[in-house]
Amino acid sequence: MSKLRIRNLLNKNGLTLAALVIAYAVVGILVYTNHASRQMSNMLISISAYIVMAVSLNLVVGLLGELSLGHAGFMSVGLFSGCLLSIALSGGLPLALRLPLSMLVGGLVAAVFGFIIGLPALRLKGDYLAIVTLACGEIIKNLITNLKFTGGALGLNTGSIYSNTKDLLPFAFVLVLITVIVMMNLKSSRYGRAIMAIRDNRIAAESTGINVTYFKLIVFMIAAFFAGAAGCLYGHSFANVKPATFDYNMSIEILVIVVLGGMGSVRGSIIAAILLQMLPEVLRDFSDFRMLAYSVLLIAIMLLNASPRFAELKGRISLPNLFRFLTRKPSRKEASADE
Amino acid sequence: MTHFIQTLISSLSLGSIYALIALGYTMVYGIAKMLNFAHGDIIMVGAYTVIVAAFQLGMPPLVAALMSIVVCVLLGVLIERLAYKPLRQAPPLSVLITAIGVSYLLQNLALLLFGSEQKAFPTLITLPELHLGAVVIDGITLVTLAATAVIMVGLTLFINKTRVGKALRAVSEDKEAAELMGISTNKTITLTFAIGSALAAVASIFYGATYIYIKPTTGAMPGIKAFTAAVFGGIGSIPGAMLGGILLGMIEQFSKTYISTLWSDAIVFGVLVLILVVKPTGLLGRQIKEKV
Repeated sequence: MSKLRIRNLLNKNGLTLAALVIAYAVVGILVYTNHASRQMSNMLISISAYIVMAVSLNLVVGLLGELSLGHAGFMSVGLFSGCLLSIALSGGLPLALRLPLSMLVGGLVAAVFGFIIGLPALRLKGDYLAIVTLACGEIIKNLITNLKFTGGALGLNTGSIYSNTKDLLPFAFVLVLITVIVMMNLKSSRYGRAIMAIRDNRIAAESTGINVTYFKLIVFMIAAFFAGAAGCLYGHSFANVKPATFDYNMSIEILVIVVLGGMGSVRGSIIAAILLQMLPEVLRDFSDFRMLAYSVLLIAIMLLNASPRFAELKGRISLPNLFRFLTRKPSRKEASADE
Repeated sequence: MTHFIQTLISSLSLGSIYALIALGYTMVYGIAKMLNFAHGDIIMVGAYTVIVAAFQLGMPPLVAALMSIVVCVLLGVLIERLAYKPLRQAPPLSVLITAIGVSYLLQNLALLLFGSEQKAFPTLITLPELHLGAVVIDGITLVTLAATAVIMVGLTLFINKTRVGKALRAVSEDKEAAELMGISTNKTITLTFAIGSALAAVASIFYGATYIYIKPTTGAMPGIKAFTAAVFGGIGSIPGAMLGGILLGMIEQFSKTYISTLWSDAIVFGVLVLILVVKPTGLLGRQIKEKV
């Protein structure tokens, strides 16, 4: 294989998908042969949900270039609507039918909310849009907390639909796979290019005939749909869910994943989601400092991105370059530089 | 009727606090063209400073209040220097994310330093209650209203009558032109952050005196609501921030009293969404034309 072909392969989305499939296969074997620790198998569903959340938020932040601070709100809407449906159906339908159906419904309800919240986006951008999404997230939280049928502040009792990791893992895998494939295809499609054109220069994009309002709405709705579906899955892994969990802090947590993974990069979001979900579990003592570390990460990444020296450094450390570095023929000059 | 007047007075007091915070948002937005997300958390820092100064260092109330203002001003300027200044040329999204990061940093530092349980605010003002017929106004409310009125008049005079105020207005009008006239943009921005943080400190003292309990997330909600107030009045406009603050305080207090305490937050945020959708420039804001 020539170097060029390897480079193309590494750059292609296929590699990400393959890695994802292998990762889930390995994890699946461990879980189904009872080799996975309890702690690990408990984390798998939440990691999957976070991957979907991060990848879908990345569509708004990375591709459209707008900040949404209400992503947890969409998740919450999908969780409560999907889980309520699932509870209603839990007597009649088996999980294999009930879960996909309720995930779909949860996602659709969240998408409707995305449409409603996206409507102000017709007129807004930047800081104003961010603050409106934040406000909408808080309104959603307030709404769900004050409604009777969602269980109020005490939370929704999802004991009757609670399922363990063994049951949920295949659905989690399919959801992650669908999300990632949709995002990757969207990014390299006509739609994706239009969305990125809006991000780079809205006025120029508008003057080439791109309907900015339409694309903004589409982006909001797709992101909300996947967040809602992920929420529904997430809800099935708990015996009780409180609306207060899905507040502004959770939206920020997802934003940190997106920013850390790299805005616009699907692969980055996946890796960052896994890392940030696993770190607090691995480093128990770290948990007090988790949010502090997140905030420092956010600031540091933004400041580093703005400095030209770091950009240059980052350009040199890429996966293809790393591969080239590892497979290089050791010339005398490089070898001496290594030592 | 008495009930109504009582609600009106408490809403004016809450509105004054919002107005003081909103002034910081609006001035920074007018001059640096950024949403300083961490502004709300400056309030929290101010309140904790008063608590530490009064209880642990045993300072008299007035000194504690002054110390809180000094700490907030220094912190505001420091944040601007370290976090925002390197991003002057960066896209707005990076600045916004950084500001969110700073807000989070302050909250979590406070969480580590003071713990998550709420702390009582010292009694700074001991004034007798004022009885007007059946209406009772307590001392803190009187001081809040009086001090806010004085600060607003003073700030308006400062902006409109002094040379430095003129420089502020010039930078907010046109940064490049102001620079060509010999105004230092960086100094002006630093001054804006200093003034905004000082006002936040004053707001924190009144907030603490009125609501008594302080915790690390205390600043976030009033911060977001004060931003709502600034947008309501028209961001960048100083009279707008005052008007917006008072109006938002009234909306919140009246909906708490006459509708439901559970829904008051949702109502306030609903107002924000409504204003931004119907009239994004706010009540007193100007339409900003976009140049290609």
